[in-house]
Amino acid sequence: MSNSQTERNGDVQKERSMALQKELVGGHFDALGRAKEEGRKVVYTFVPGNLTELMRSFDLLPVLPEINALQSGMRKLSGGYISEAEKQGHSEDVCTYVKCDIGMLKKGNVGPTGKPIPEPDLLLLSYTGCCTFMKWFELLKQEYEGCPVAMLHVPYQADGQVHSHYRDYIVEQLRSEVIPKLEQVSGQAYDEDKLRSNLTLSAEAEDDLVWVLESAKNVPSPIDAYFGGVYYIGPIFGAFRGTPEGVDYYRTLRSEIEERLANKQGPITPDGELDEERYRLVIEGPPNWTSFREFWKMFYEEGAVVVASSYTKVGGLYDRGFRHDATRPLETLADYCLGCYTNLSLPARVDLLEDYVRDYSADGFMINSVKSCNSFSAGQLLMLRQLEERTGVPGGFIESDLVDPRYFSAANIKNRIESYLQMLEQKRGAAA
Amino acid sequence: MKVFIGIDLGSTTTKAVILDGKANVVGRGITNSRSNYDVASQIARQEAFVQARFKLTRDAISADSELSGVEELFLPLLDRKFRLNHHVEELDRLAIELHNAADGPRHAAYSGSLHELLDEIVGEMRQRAGKHFGALAMRKSEFFRDLAAADYMQLAEEQSDPKGITFETLTGLFDQAILPVENSTSAAALEQLIDEAMDAALEASQVSMAKRVDRLRGAVDAARAEVLDEVATVGTGYGRQRLPFPKEHIRSEILCHGLGAHTMFPETRTVLDIGGQDTKAIQVDDNGIVTSFQRNDRCAAGCGRYLGYIADEMNLGVHELGPLAEKSTCHVKINSTCTVFAGAELRERLSLGQKREDILAGLHRAIILRAMSLLARSGGIEDQFTFTGGVARNPAAVTALHDLVDENYGERTTNISADSIYTGALGAALFAQRGHQEAA
Repeated sequence: MSNSQTERNGDVQKERSMALQKELVGGHFDALGRAKEEGRKVVYTFVPGNLTELMRSFDLLPVLPEINALQSGMRKLSGGYISEAEKQGHSEDVCTYVKCDIGMLKKGNVGPTGKPIPEPDLLLLSYTGCCTFMKWFELLKQEYEGCPVAMLHVPYQADGQVHSHYRDYIVEQLRSEVIPKLEQVSGQAYDEDKLRSNLTLSAEAEDDLVWVLESAKNVPSPIDAYFGGVYYIGPIFGAFRGTPEGVDYYRTLRSEIEERLANKQGPITPDGELDEERYRLVIEGPPNWTSFREFWKMFYEEGAVVVASSYTKVGGLYDRGFRHDATRPLETLADYCLGCYTNLSLPARVDLLEDYVRDYSADGFMINSVKSCNSFSAGQLLMLRQLEERTGVPGGFIESDLVDPRYFSAANIKNRIESYLQMLEQKRGAAA
Repeated sequence: MKVFIGIDLGSTTTKAVILDGKANVVGRGITNSRSNYDVASQIARQEAFVQARFKLTRDAISADSELSGVEELFLPLLDRKFRLNHHVEELDRLAIELHNAADGPRHAAYSGSLHELLDEIVGEMRQRAGKHFGALAMRKSEFFRDLAAADYMQLAEEQSDPKGITFETLTGLFDQAILPVENSTSAAALEQLIDEAMDAALEASQVSMAKRVDRLRGAVDAARAEVLDEVATVGTGYGRQRLPFPKEHIRSEILCHGLGAHTMFPETRTVLDIGGQDTKAIQVDDNGIVTSFQRNDRCAAGCGRYLGYIADEMNLGVHELGPLAEKSTCHVKINSTCTVFAGAELRERLSLGQKREDILAGLHRAIILRAMSLLARSGGIEDQFTFTGGVARNPAAVTALHDLVDENYGERTTNISADSIYTGALGAALFAQRGHQEAA
C-alpha cells in the first residue's frame, strides 16, 4: 500500500479530523441520551431537506433516522434490526433504512453508540423527493402516539428548475406550519436573528466542504470523494450544520487536505495512503454500509479513486453554487430543500453526473444500485445508457443494499468491480 | 514449440486452451471443477497437453504427402486407444482406493467378503471399459467420474444385499474412493499413456498401412519428440484468485469471453455467456475490446446450475434436457427461474398432467428470458451475436434464444461454436500470447 512513513502520516492526518468527527457524533448521541433528564426537546427529521439551523435556533436536538440506520449498519447491528422489523410484518422489499429504524425502535431504541435515543417531541417530515419518507413517518406516528407532526412539502424539481412559486410555497409552509409547531414544542418564540447567525455559520462550513470535495479535481486526487466523502459530509448532513463545531471541523479538514494536496499525497484508506491513482471514478448511488470497508477495499486495492459522487449530495448540492444565505433566512432554507440531490429529476441527475465525469477527468463511472431504495434506483439503468452516450466513458453497474447484510455478495461484487476496471484498462490500452 | 495457455476456472467446469505462437488452438481440456480448483486446473491443462500432442501428430502425418488422408484414420484410433488406457489406469487406481476405503473400521464386520465383492465389481467395470471407447460408442459424459459412477452404481445395485453388504455401503465406498482418483494424475503418467497409445495405434495400423508404416512411424515419432515449451499462462473465471500466477496474469472472464468470442467470430458485437452460476451480456468493439457489460448480481437464478438441478429432479443427465425439451409441442409458461422453486413448479405441473418436454421447453424459455433482460441492460443485441458458455450446447436453450432475439430485435446473425464452452479459456490464452508478444 505505502511505506511506513506515509502510513504514519496517514494515521496522524486521520486522527485530527476523524477524531474531531468522532467527538462530535459521540457528543451528539450523548446529548440525546441526556435530553429527557435535561428537559431538552427532540425533533426527528430527514437528511435531505433538513432544517437544522431552524431547529437549532429553537434549541431543539435533531435525530436523523437514516444516520442511525447507517451507523447501525456499520456497527453490524442492522441485520438483527431488520429481522425484527420483518417479524413486525415489513416486507423484504421495503427500504432497509426504514426496517433498520423500526427494528431498532422495537428493540428498545438504543442508538448506535449504545445510548438510548429519546422519543420524539416532534416529527418534522421534510419531504424532498423520496416518497418513502412519508410512509416512514406514518409508521413513526403510529409508534409515538400523540406526537405532533409537521409536514414540509418540497415540490419536486420536475423540469430541473427552481421556480419562485416553489420557493414561496415552501416559505409559506415554514411560516404557517413548521415554525408554529417548533414554537409550540420548544416553548420558545421564533428568533430570526438566531437563525441568521446559524445560517452564517452554515455558509462558512459549506465553503470549506466544497473546497474539500473539489480538491478531487486534482490529479492525483488527495481524497476519495465517496468512501472518504461519506465521512466528510457526516457533520454537515447530520446535526452540525450552522454550529461552531461544524465550522471548526470543516476548517480542520480543509487544512489537512490542503497539506495532502501540497505534498501530492493520495487519499487515506483504512490500509494507509494510496500510492498510485490508477483509475478515477464517479459513483452514483449510496454505498453499502454493512460491508463498507470491504467494499471500499475492492476499489483502493486496484488503485481506483472515487473523484465525485452523487450520494455525497443528498444533503445539499453545495458544489453547484448554493450557500445558505443569512440575508434571506426562510427563502434560503427553501432553496436548500429544493436543491437536494434526491429532489432532482432524472435528466437533472444525468446532467450533474455528466459534468462530474468531465470536470473531474473521470475514467469511468459506476452505479451501485440498491433495489430497496426507490429514490435512487429508479431510472439508474437509463442514466447509465445516457451517460455512456454523452461522455463516451463506460459505465459499470453493481447491486448491493444499504444496511441489509444479506444483499452484499462480496465475491460477485468484487468480480464485477475487477472486470470493470480491467475493461477500463483494456480500453486505455487500445486507445494508446 | 512455444505454447501459451489459458485456463478458465468456472463454477461447474474448468477449461484449458493451448495456443501456438501464431494463436492457433493446439489443445483443449475440460474437467469438472470439484471443490478443488488447483487440481481442476492441473487436470484440464494436462488434458489440453494430450490434445496438443495429438494435434502435433495429426499435423506431422498430414505434412507428409505420402500419408495423405491417413490422419483421418489414425487419429481416431489413437484417441480411442489413449482414452481406453487412461480409463483402465483410473480404474486400477479406483480399485486401490475402494479397497482402502473398505479397510475402514466401519466395514470390519464384512471382513473378506466386501473386498471380494469390490473385486468382482471392478473386474466387471474393466470388462465394460472397451465398450465405452469403441469406434461407434456414444458416451454420456467425457468425465471418468460419470462413466465409472454409472457402471459402478448399476453393478452395486445388482450385487448388493439388503441383509448383507447394502447398496448404501457400496455407494459410500465409491464416494470416498472417487475423489483421490480424480484428484491425482501425473503429467508423466499421461505422457507414458500417450506413448503406449501411439505404439498400440501404430501396431494396429501395421497391416493396413503396409509399406507406409515406417513413414507413419517417422511422423509419429517426430510429433512425440517435439518439446512443448510453456511460455505464459493467463487464468480467468471464478477460481482465478486461486491460481498461483502473478496478478497481471489474471484476467476477468468478461474480457476473456469478449476476446474469445471475437476470435471465434470476428464480426461479433454482442456476446451472451450463460455459465454455471452467472450470465454475462457483453458488448465488444471491432477489436474484441469490451465496451460494456452486465451480469447477474444478487441472484444466480436461471444460470446453468438451474438446468443441472432440473436434470437431477427429473432423474436425467443434464445433456438430455435440451433434446427432450425440443420434442415439445405445447407452450407452457414458467414464470419462476428460482432454482429452488423450479422443482416445486415442475412437480406441480407434472401432477396437472402436463408433459415433461413441454415443461422443460418452458423452463428453457424462462432462462433465456432472464438473459434477454441482461442483454437489454447491456445495450441490446447488435449484429453479430455470439452465444457462449455451457448452456450454448443445449439445443432447447438455443431455440428459445433464436425465438426471443427474433421477437425483440429482429433478424440477427447468431453464432454458436461447437467449442463455445472454451471461449473464456481461449480469450485467456490469447491474452497470454499477446502479452508475450508485447513484452518481446
